[in-house]
Amino acid sequence: MANLKKMLAASGGAIAAVAGLPARADWSLLNMPEGVSELSQEIYGLHMMVLWVCVVIAVFTFGAMIYAMVKFRKSKGAVADTSMVHSTRMEIAWTIVPVFILIGMAIPSVETLIKIEDTSGSELTVKVTGYQWFWQYEYLDKGVSFYSRLAQTSNETRQLGSGKDPNAVDNYLLDVDNPLVVPTGTKVRILLTANDVIHAWWVPDLGMKRDAIPGFINEMWISVDEDKPGTYRGQCAELCGRDHGFMPVVVVAKPKAEFEAWLAGRQAAQQAAAGTATTAAVDTLAGQAVTLAKAE
Amino acid sequence: MAQHEHAAEHADHDGKPQGIRRWLTTTNHKDIGTMYLVFSLAMFLIGGLFAMVIRAELFQPGLQFVDPGFFNQMTTMHALVMVFGAVMPATVGLANWMIPMQIGAPDMALPRMNLFSFWLLFFAFMLLLSTLFLPGGAPASGWTLYPPLVLQTGDAFPVAVFAVHLMGASSIMGSINVIVTIMNMRAPGMSLLKMPLFSWSWLITAYLLIGVMPVLAGGVTMLLTDHFFATSFFNPAGGGDPVLFQHVFWFFGHPEVYIMILPAFGIVSEILQTFSRKPIFGYETMVYAIASIGFLSFIVWAHHMFTVGMPLAGQMFFTLSTMLIAIPTGVKVFNWTATMWRGSISFEPPMLFAIAFLFLFTIGGFSGLMLAIAPADFQYHDTYFVVAHFHYVLVPGAVFAIMAAVYYWLPKWTGHMYDMKLATFHFWMSTIFVNVLFFPQHFLGLAGMPRRIPDYATQFADWNMVSSIGAFGFGLSQLLFVYIIVKAARGGEKATAQVWDQPTGLEWTVPSPAPYHTFDTAPEVK
Repeated sequence: MANLKKMLAASGGAIAAVAGLPARADWSLLNMPEGVSELSQEIYGLHMMVLWVCVVIAVFTFGAMIYAMVKFRKSKGAVADTSMVHSTRMEIAWTIVPVFILIGMAIPSVETLIKIEDTSGSELTVKVTGYQWFWQYEYLDKGVSFYSRLAQTSNETRQLGSGKDPNAVDNYLLDVDNPLVVPTGTKVRILLTANDVIHAWWVPDLGMKRDAIPGFINEMWISVDEDKPGTYRGQCAELCGRDHGFMPVVVVAKPKAEFEAWLAGRQAAQQAAAGTATTAAVDTLAGQAVTLAKAE
Repeated sequence: MAQHEHAAEHADHDGKPQGIRRWLTTTNHKDIGTMYLVFSLAMFLIGGLFAMVIRAELFQPGLQFVDPGFFNQMTTMHALVMVFGAVMPATVGLANWMIPMQIGAPDMALPRMNLFSFWLLFFAFMLLLSTLFLPGGAPASGWTLYPPLVLQTGDAFPVAVFAVHLMGASSIMGSINVIVTIMNMRAPGMSLLKMPLFSWSWLITAYLLIGVMPVLAGGVTMLLTDHFFATSFFNPAGGGDPVLFQHVFWFFGHPEVYIMILPAFGIVSEILQTFSRKPIFGYETMVYAIASIGFLSFIVWAHHMFTVGMPLAGQMFFTLSTMLIAIPTGVKVFNWTATMWRGSISFEPPMLFAIAFLFLFTIGGFSGLMLAIAPADFQYHDTYFVVAHFHYVLVPGAVFAIMAAVYYWLPKWTGHMYDMKLATFHFWMSTIFVNVLFFPQHFLGLAGMPRRIPDYATQFADWNMVSSIGAFGFGLSQLLFVYIIVKAARGGEKATAQVWDQPTGLEWTVPSPAPYHTFDTAPEVK
């Protein structure tokens, strides 16, 4: 019954949205975000180029099909030209022309790919570990490490039969307790691994997604534009079990000075809790040993 | 008594046992074809039901109906049932019915193996569906079965692996049968390059199946030994590599995509020429295009895995090889368009579905080309954009082609014309709703919605609701399909031998319904 009421309310909301009344949801979300990093903007450019090439080809092919369907109808008295069964010239043409179009698309793709794979010259390295179902961020050589889980409000609301309205939660399912903080205008190398199953770390505005695989370390880099500090949200993108949909990725990009201040504060806090931290580390190791034993 | 039965058998000259025994013991290609098709339709409805659960949960944000774990079981089972239970058996059923009739053979070459492969498939699915009732539920790792996640499956795990083995054995036997039949049993004068394109497409499909089903069987066997016999093929703690499974799986999985779509290419080619009243444009090019797509399908598998962290050279190779597929596929689309060009087109239900295939499959092809671009794939991968892409090639692609085939050959099978008006209505409902269902999923994916999630951020709410409405509409429309088929099987206007206006092919030279035994004496093909 409660479900029915909620559904009625939701469909009312949908009708309101269609009618152009103010609504929370956004109908303008139709395309890939341009993003806030050099890579994401380059990827966006590639995406739009290929999209437009497809649109142009579609206009020609669909145009020809529609023309044929309108012009050569039996009901309009069209008589089939049964001698038109083969044309080497035409067939060579529509084999060769696409080859050139594809080469035109391949060159910029490969260029971007080379740039994406070049992780050299990074100024900061963060190791990201995926767990069922949260993330761990470790700032290598900085002595800062923490876990990042779905924010409590989202977590309560998302339970089956919680009776709470997701629309009332800010950034529903896209909010965490401890976001990853990075400096803007800095090439940050991200190392990815996982502790149990495969996860994938993805923030659309940063343009990159990469799998976090147990037993292996993947790498990628991100760099938020200097003039675009802010909070950027994404999700785990590789099915990782029951709560796969509930381990968001949140990145807060701060100007360099603010980042340094944040990092120093974090370091101090972590050192203060050093005693407890040692015990926690031992616990984690023990936990990992148990997991390994189970896996075997 | 025995004599009496013998006399009765002679009376209808086909010697088939009556009642249930006919279906359990038949070795007749038409009966087996019918069983495959009915089985496929049943699985299409069951798989569709799973999809309805998925779309009901995604109708609005928040969890309303199912637990996230059960949601994952639904996405996994939906895919397994639709791929292995609905689409593949439907094309095998069509092959059983039509290949012997198209090439002038009296039956399939290996009739007992034919029956065996059907019953293997049947029990494979009884096993697979039974996993829903086992402790821990059905597999919930996605149909891709990636370890280590798949190893967390409950009691269903070995059952599902065994079901996959049975399906693989069934497919391999079916393929051997198709190849042996086509290579040995063509009527005199039916050279390979005179063979109808549906038979051609199946010949190549059969080779793909034989190439990749054993690879899948090997992959899932390694999962089994990792789980139960302490091997470490995919376990990094023992020196294994989880990504190795993905390579093995997609070496099977990509050709599998073409296994589902190549017979559809054959069907669409046959229907377009019949209803354009003009032979297919560039017959030989069409054959070569299917063959090159078949070959390329073996060297593009890792484009499903751009995000696993392959070396740069690997990413470049798989980007470029995948883009190459656009060339033979483009040739096919252009040749189909040229087949309609200067034809005399009429719009019976099979033609309507074939034309919808032409448009909507091409849209799926375009998004496929976009996905081939590795850098852009880092954004598209594992989002609803991918879901939209493969549903466009599989639903208004493969499934529409199968529906077109049913509407094309149903009068030949049953001897009755079906309700054309209702079938046209079924076409429009399906075509409108399939687009309402899948087109918005492109937007969702580009805007950042990952696939395989039971709940989503509120900015995705509107398009999800639209998509779900499309899903319910599409699902309901398929009940019409069942009704039309049942009605035609039970009676209706008598179909002529030709059924349509001047169709080409040997199947149209025998009466409708096709007699139990056709071409006992091989026809002469000029």
